[in-house]
Amino acid sequence: MAGAAVLGRLGTLAPLRWLLAELVELVPETPRVTSLVLDVPGWAGHRPGQHVDVRLTAEDGYQAQRSYSLAAPEDRERIVLTVEELEDGEVSPFLTEELRPGEFIELRGPIGGYFVWDGAGGEPLHLVAGGSGVVPLMAMLRHRAAARLETPATLLYSSRTLGDVIYREELDRLAAADPALRVAHTLTREQPEGWGGYARRIDPEMLAEVLGSGEAGATAFVCGPTRFVEVAADGLVALGYEPGRVRTERFGPSGA
Amino acid sequence: MAFITRGFRGKHETDESGRIPPGQYETHDFPVLSAGPTPHTPLETWSFTIAEGGEELARWSWEELRALPSETITKDIHCVTKWSKLDTEWEGVSVDTLLDGIETDAGYVTAWSDGGYTTNLPLEDVTGGKAWVAFGYDGELLDPEHGGPARLLVPHLYFWKSAKWVRGLRLMDEDEPGFWESLGYHLYGDPWREQRYWGD
Repeated sequence: MAGAAVLGRLGTLAPLRWLLAELVELVPETPRVTSLVLDVPGWAGHRPGQHVDVRLTAEDGYQAQRSYSLAAPEDRERIVLTVEELEDGEVSPFLTEELRPGEFIELRGPIGGYFVWDGAGGEPLHLVAGGSGVVPLMAMLRHRAAARLETPATLLYSSRTLGDVIYREELDRLAAADPALRVAHTLTREQPEGWGGYARRIDPEMLAEVLGSGEAGATAFVCGPTRFVEVAADGLVALGYEPGRVRTERFGPSGA
Repeated sequence: MAFITRGFRGKHETDESGRIPPGQYETHDFPVLSAGPTPHTPLETWSFTIAEGGEELARWSWEELRALPSETITKDIHCVTKWSKLDTEWEGVSVDTLLDGIETDAGYVTAWSDGGYTTNLPLEDVTGGKAWVAFGYDGELLDPEHGGPARLLVPHLYFWKSAKWVRGLRLMDEDEPGFWESLGYHLYGDPWREQRYWGD
């Protein structure tokens, strides 16, 4: 049994209750990715980088749960989830294709207290995203912009094609307006004519060019599929980042 | 009482085996989850330690550990991120073997790992044939990204309790929250009672 000392230490953590969330708006991001804007009465707030569990229940009682990253910083009882529709998925196609504004789903959160950044400390923010791994990192960049933090920030973002880049216009806009923010893209599968960015999978050389060494005390957040995260995190450690300053989140339908 | 989601039918892959806990789905992949980079400790400097208080009670080098009697273990595993994988096959040394001959009044253990990860468990959940230090998976040596050279294997609890890159067990009088347990995850983590988060 948990002793009183333990409960005291965990006292700030309230039990996570299932809440009803109303879909307010669907925002198409790419052909396969959609953002869901939801109103969640009773939402207690969250930190950039955290996620929620979504639960769907069929009429016969059958249930499915999945986790989705929060794409935007805290905004009272409004949250944004960005969902990639997985081929043959059970929950994601329902969220992106069938759920309509005004309808409800159940969710609970926020979950995760390690892969979070809210600007405390002021050290440079280094972000490495693979595909929809950009979602929790976008919550950090949106928070940084909304709070007018001047912390230097760099995002290295790997996508298959230009059309697969999530939040592309917003990232362009943020970077154009902010000399302390740099965004570098790599397109691994197909590049438009005259493409000036990288055109290969991330590798140690690219990490070094975009992010430099970890000597400046930067904290790095890496999110993407497993193989991508392994390469990026190993590469950052080899560049001199302290392992404790490289935080990872992995996901994807295919594990290794 | 759960809220019915209009129009949701789900894939309805009914779990005839009765082996998938609530809120989980079966995967045939082996997804990876960890909070930081994968440590790469050379086997020459690797060791496994049993400690209590400040005292080291036992220690094995890699070769010494591999010389202990090992078992092949076939178990279902359940990750708190919702995937379950059935009939995974491991090779490892039972924690009973490692604790053999050690006298203790401790009620709990904290497993610690390369990279700074820790997780807490009741002693009775790692004894009696319920936990192993595993170094083999599916007939091969365990990959670093899955916790190699060795990870704790406690298949009856959510898989974050099966600490990757494990280097030792500390015998504890109190149940001290580990890494995820301090960040909102359940102190015990029974998948059949869906103890994912604090308060579940």
